[in-house]
Amino acid sequence: MTKNRWIALYVENQVGVLAKVSGLFSGKSYNLQSLTVGTTEDETVSRMTICVTSDDITFEQIKKQLNRMVEVIKVMDFTDVPIHMKEILFAKVKDCSVADKAELFQIAQVFHVEVSDIGTDSILLECKATERRNNELIDLLKSKFKQIEIVRGGGVAIESISTSCAGRSEYFRKQN
Amino acid sequence: MAMDITGKKLFVKALSEEGVDTVFGYPGGMVTDILDELYKHEEIEWVLPRHEQGLIHEAEGYARATGKVGVCLVTSGPGATNIMTGLADAHYDNIPLVCITGQVPLNLIGNDAFQEVDIVGMTRSITKYGVTVRDRKELGKILKMAFHIAQTGKPGPVLIDLPKDIQTAMGPGEYPESVSIRGYKPNASVHIGQLKKGYKLLKAAEKPLILAGGGINIAGANDKLLALVEKTKIPVVTTIMGKGAIPTDHPYYIGNSGMHGRYAANMAVGECDVLFSIGTRFNDRITGDLNEFAPHAQIVHVDIDTASISRNVVVDVPIVADANLALEKLLEWAAPQETESWLEKIREWDKENPLEMRRDKGMTPQMIIEEINRQFAEGIFVTDVGQHQMWATQYIELNEKKQFITSGGLGTMGFGFPAAIGAKIGCPEKPVVCISGDGGMQMNIQELATAMAQEANVIVCIFNNYYLGMVRQMQQLFYGKRYEATCLRRRKGCPGDCKGPGEQCPPYEPDFVKLAESYGACGIRVTEESQIAAALEQAKQCNTPVLIEFMVATEDIVLPMVKGGNPMTEMILK
Repeated sequence: MTKNRWIALYVENQVGVLAKVSGLFSGKSYNLQSLTVGTTEDETVSRMTICVTSDDITFEQIKKQLNRMVEVIKVMDFTDVPIHMKEILFAKVKDCSVADKAELFQIAQVFHVEVSDIGTDSILLECKATERRNNELIDLLKSKFKQIEIVRGGGVAIESISTSCAGRSEYFRKQN
Repeated sequence: MAMDITGKKLFVKALSEEGVDTVFGYPGGMVTDILDELYKHEEIEWVLPRHEQGLIHEAEGYARATGKVGVCLVTSGPGATNIMTGLADAHYDNIPLVCITGQVPLNLIGNDAFQEVDIVGMTRSITKYGVTVRDRKELGKILKMAFHIAQTGKPGPVLIDLPKDIQTAMGPGEYPESVSIRGYKPNASVHIGQLKKGYKLLKAAEKPLILAGGGINIAGANDKLLALVEKTKIPVVTTIMGKGAIPTDHPYYIGNSGMHGRYAANMAVGECDVLFSIGTRFNDRITGDLNEFAPHAQIVHVDIDTASISRNVVVDVPIVADANLALEKLLEWAAPQETESWLEKIREWDKENPLEMRRDKGMTPQMIIEEINRQFAEGIFVTDVGQHQMWATQYIELNEKKQFITSGGLGTMGFGFPAAIGAKIGCPEKPVVCISGDGGMQMNIQELATAMAQEANVIVCIFNNYYLGMVRQMQQLFYGKRYEATCLRRRKGCPGDCKGPGEQCPPYEPDFVKLAESYGACGIRVTEESQIAAALEQAKQCNTPVLIEFMVATEDIVLPMVKGGNPMTEMILK
């Protein structure tokens, strides 16, 4: 089944590793949705969160291809696993009237979005939510306002604590 | 605590510790310091090719023939880019190479310095591992990693980019004895449960078939496969890379399967009820139409590379293991099976459509290869890429004394001749015969000088049909004989709508015999079937490299043949 899938990847924190991983996706025509990377508690290790759209067979192949890379330390499949996932998003809405601003404050309240900066005719929203929620916010802003500027970071994900202890994630998988 | 030494000294130390006695190298500005260091080390033989592409194919041939790591040393920029085709070739066919490319000094990287290219970036997808050394302290570890990664697991090429200032910088003198890489742990065991499951299927089969790939030859598991086959009486087909996995004259060996495979072999794959495949990645040249591949079979797949399993063909029992380990276990369980009626059926197919070229219009490649089979009781047989390669894979006979080297995955024209030179350098006591086409031979013909310099007395058999035959064959069969860009006699004055050879054709160039002689090698031209045996006899007596040009028919085609994407049982036979 073709759907979005999540992978967490521990890699060596070295020059060229990001290029190698992203090159795999372009070189083999895998459909990459987002990729984020940052260092971990161990500074020699980076962790990537990758979202791909693929069918089952391709996804298996993606994991195997990642696994065989020398620089890849561990591949974790987050598909159907309880995770915490968030993405940072900034939305600058420009050319706002007073009424627009009022409405943006309302939207911010409902979406639990922080208004992090404001000018005479523009507002900066800072949103930390799931990718889907961020998509919804963007759709809404696009439909209401003419001039917006969006920057988003791609999702980062980590396994849930309460449900990832031994046995319990398996339990959840079966329940789902 | 050892004293600090220069990077180049540590490099040479690493070569010694790894037992490297031959370096395939071409000089250039960014490796001059290493040259100067190697000048002091007589025990390491420097092979100087005439082109870096020749160099890396020579290293490939050397590695294939000896099982050792082939070491390449080239300069930055064009030196580095010239080895890229060979890297891709070695990556595809899993040949262990360690390639050192010189690089501009660290502070110049990124400045578009003279002869600077990002070779690690360019080769990321065609090497098993590649890295630029950025810290002299890391050099020993990185070199150790390179040799370790190149030859363990599924072997492959490793590229180390070595900036000039690292070569001269002082640093630790130790070369580590071992290295542990947290992201690289090659599979060193076999899952017994899975293997049992696979064997259970095989044992219950009425029409079992073993498909042996290049993994058998790489792992050196030939004896074990032979033992398994003799114990179980199960017939075997091979891929091109797997040819020689068991002796080709063995009664249970059917032949190659695939696009130009033997009719009986492809029929057997089409009819078998269990296909036990070892060390193959089910390339499209083997499977044809995936929906029609082994349609009645449950498939067991043993491979060392997880990524090779269930990629092209979804298999019933996947087993991640080295061929040697898996076969060793299987031998413990193996028992005779009733396969006589199945073997009889295969023999009938073979009688129906035996592998045979026409014999009515003079000399054919089959006749030449059969004479090679007769005259060489042992040796290494290397091919280039094209029609001659397919004929060689069809007709060459192999056993434990005869090895076959070919560019299977990438299909690299220009591979054969340098690879043969490398094989001869690695195994000087064995006869080395290169079978090449007139097109591929000209892609690295300059290596005649290398063969002379190295006294690598290989026998090169060029099947000259005046054409780039493999593509011409497709034009002949599927494009109405519109021989665009495949005729090597074609000149400016030739008619635009030429559809084949005739009296009016211009002479062929070059004159291979004179060309060989100009290098000091021996050149022989064979125009008649009756001259084949004598020419090969003469070649064996020469104390130089020999080039024999066989003037074969211009429009012969490789048969049988399956059109790309068709089922393997739909073969063009005539």
